[in-house]
Amino acid sequence: MEQLIFFITAAVVAATPLLFGTLGEILTEKSGNLNLGVEGMMFMGAAVGLSASFLYEQAVGAGASGFLSAVLAVVFGFLAGVLGGLIYSVLTVTLRANQVVSGLALTIMGVGMGNFIGELLGLRAGGFASVSDVTRSAFSGARIPGLSGMPVIGRLLFSFDFMVYMVIAAAVLMIWFLNKSRMGLHLRAVGEDPATADADGINVTRYKYLATCIGGGICGLGGVYISMVRSSGTWIHNCVGGLGWISVALVICAAWSPARAILGALLFGGLSVLRFYLPIQDVPAQVYNIIPFLATVLILIFTSVRQSKERHQPASCGVNYFREER
Amino acid sequence: MTEVVRIENITKTFGTVTANRDVCLDVRRGEILALLGENGSGKTTLMNMLSGIYFPDSGKIYINGEEVVIRSPRDAFALGIGMVHQHFKLVDVLTAAENIVLGMPGGLLVNRDETAKKILEISDKYGFIIDPWKKIYNMSVSEKQTVEIIKVLYRGAEILILDEPTAVLTPQEIDKLFDVLRKMKDDNKAVIIITHKLGEVMVLSDRVSIMRKGECVDTVPTPDATVQSLAEGMVGRALSLSIKRKEPENATDKLVVSGLTCLDPTGRRTLDGVSFTLRTGEIMGVAGIAGSGQKELCESLTGLQSIHSGAVTYIGDDGGKTELAGLTPSEVTGKGIRIAFVPEDRLGMGLVGNLDMVENMMLKSYRRAKGIWVDRKTPKAAAVKLIEKLQIVTPGTAAPVRRMSGGNVQKVLLGREIQSEPSVLVVAYPTRGLDINSSYTVYDLLNEQKENGVAVMFAGEDLDVLLELCDRILVLCGGKVSGIVDARTVTKEEIGVLMTHLSKREDAV
Repeated sequence: MEQLIFFITAAVVAATPLLFGTLGEILTEKSGNLNLGVEGMMFMGAAVGLSASFLYEQAVGAGASGFLSAVLAVVFGFLAGVLGGLIYSVLTVTLRANQVVSGLALTIMGVGMGNFIGELLGLRAGGFASVSDVTRSAFSGARIPGLSGMPVIGRLLFSFDFMVYMVIAAAVLMIWFLNKSRMGLHLRAVGEDPATADADGINVTRYKYLATCIGGGICGLGGVYISMVRSSGTWIHNCVGGLGWISVALVICAAWSPARAILGALLFGGLSVLRFYLPIQDVPAQVYNIIPFLATVLILIFTSVRQSKERHQPASCGVNYFREER
Repeated sequence: MTEVVRIENITKTFGTVTANRDVCLDVRRGEILALLGENGSGKTTLMNMLSGIYFPDSGKIYINGEEVVIRSPRDAFALGIGMVHQHFKLVDVLTAAENIVLGMPGGLLVNRDETAKKILEISDKYGFIIDPWKKIYNMSVSEKQTVEIIKVLYRGAEILILDEPTAVLTPQEIDKLFDVLRKMKDDNKAVIIITHKLGEVMVLSDRVSIMRKGECVDTVPTPDATVQSLAEGMVGRALSLSIKRKEPENATDKLVVSGLTCLDPTGRRTLDGVSFTLRTGEIMGVAGIAGSGQKELCESLTGLQSIHSGAVTYIGDDGGKTELAGLTPSEVTGKGIRIAFVPEDRLGMGLVGNLDMVENMMLKSYRRAKGIWVDRKTPKAAAVKLIEKLQIVTPGTAAPVRRMSGGNVQKVLLGREIQSEPSVLVVAYPTRGLDINSSYTVYDLLNEQKENGVAVMFAGEDLDVLLELCDRILVLCGGKVSGIVDARTVTKEEIGVLMTHLSKREDAV
């Protein structure tokens, strides 16, 4: 029982960055932009978020507020992701560059830039960059009076760090946005059939830019989670390490539904921490490390044979929209 | 009758092409105006300027007597102009109601129940039948059109533009649509219908404006016009509208199809137990609502579609039988059987758009060359011959075929297939998108093949043409044969019934 609770909480923590990445990419793809730069935007979010906290602490010194430091990390990590989405939007929406190439370029740039900023911060700190305990405790598990203390439920539901609740709130908000709101309906129309949306007077360019930038920002938050929570506020070289790519795959597994994305992320999170909670003798750690990626491949194979029209990629995804090309 | 729309001296150019030149037009409240013209005569471009998709280079538009500037579809809605496009602009995965409110301003949330209620009110008023909750991808073509029309009405349009609305409908559905349009007219709305079908103009419209080569050449009250006068106005010279049809000569069975069944990837039967015999020296028409199995039928005869069960038996000139089911096109050719296919998707399946004419000819012949080099001379000679014989307009044999007009592309494709001297010729929608002249060239070519003793199968959508050109018509309904009828005696209405209600009619011909 105890072991199970540990496993579930560890799975949630492992799932959180994946869910951020998946939600951001779902929002982006709903606008018809296939942004393969998730990995890059996560790296940028991770490095910039960490830098914001680190520099803030350095500037203020001993009196640094953990709350403010955390807010700065989140805000700047988000903005770094927005910047990634903005670069991608300018390239594909305005300049009409190929979406796949632009996304891959964004990943290459983001990975390089993230590691560069991280190492640079380390040099400046004289060894490796690490935030102080005030910031670290702001990113640690919540202690809600009356709730966190409850047996089992308290630990399973009310003891996580604030970003876990943030990602769940983001998922719920996105479900509501896509299915109920007018803007969500318009966004779906843009992603499915931009020419139709355009003829109906919807500003296709604006929707594409907004969805891609906000989606990028959400991916950046995934990066913040990796550097601030998973790596306890220190820069670890290549800390994102392919989670962005799993997120892209999760988008397909979740069939572009934020609700299914929660389940998918939990499943992958669980698989990736399995080794610590279900160790089998003589099975090397490397085999366990392969499992999430193997599962990605298998699920992609199974889901790609699916024929339903509903659970499909937004029809215009990957194709840039030219108004004149009717 | 008051004038609601007046267009004055509108000119619109695309690059060096003038789509509209000094067009003047007026539309009155409570009338149906037909805008008649061939493909490429600028009808749709003109209407796109009214609906805000294009912006005119020069000229003025007046709505209710006031000069207006229409920059976007939203401007057009605000002026009460709504257009139903030929290619539906609907989002497949959304419901009818969602599509109808798409792009409309309003609160944060979309109230789907209230929208549905309002939609049902509109449909009651004009006699539509619609389910607001149905997803577009589950809808038939005519249902989609209904959604498009309601969408326009929902936005409070007073001026309705319909671009070729009958192209995809059965005769019964067309009648229903016309009833709806007449109700709108009685409701004091202005209706503009773009069409190239003369019959429809005569039945439906109050006045007709004829477009030719980007100019509006004439506007006449419909009662003063005749089919002949309208056609001549459209083409600009006198022409004969009848298609010649000879009696089939020494018809013998060529292709015996029995129990042909095909499945789509989801396991649905696209063709279900189709049986018929195709004879030499006849043209057999294939009619049906779009998507009733015409494509699958054409493709399974030519080896492009995998056949689930059933037989396609080819009978040679010497009476020898060959089973074609399960063979690939190259295996069929390898047996010395020449079945030619002119697919509906000319530049997708028939020709390679970026290749020139010679290379497209070579696609058929390159296998015959010996050694490692391809032979360009023979196909080049063939291409030159085709250009002469069919009067193909092209800068030369080295120009990419995609730059040719639709009619010329079709001539290249049909010409190439005919040059292979087929014994069976399968053509799918060969005149789609072609002007009157090109269409008649195609009909003549098919007739010529028929007289040469080729067994021709013609899948078409214009029932008038099928009735005039074919000897027999095979009617498909949901992948099954609904009837094989004598084209000389059957009526359009009878075919319409066969298309929508499965029956087992077979005329002895």
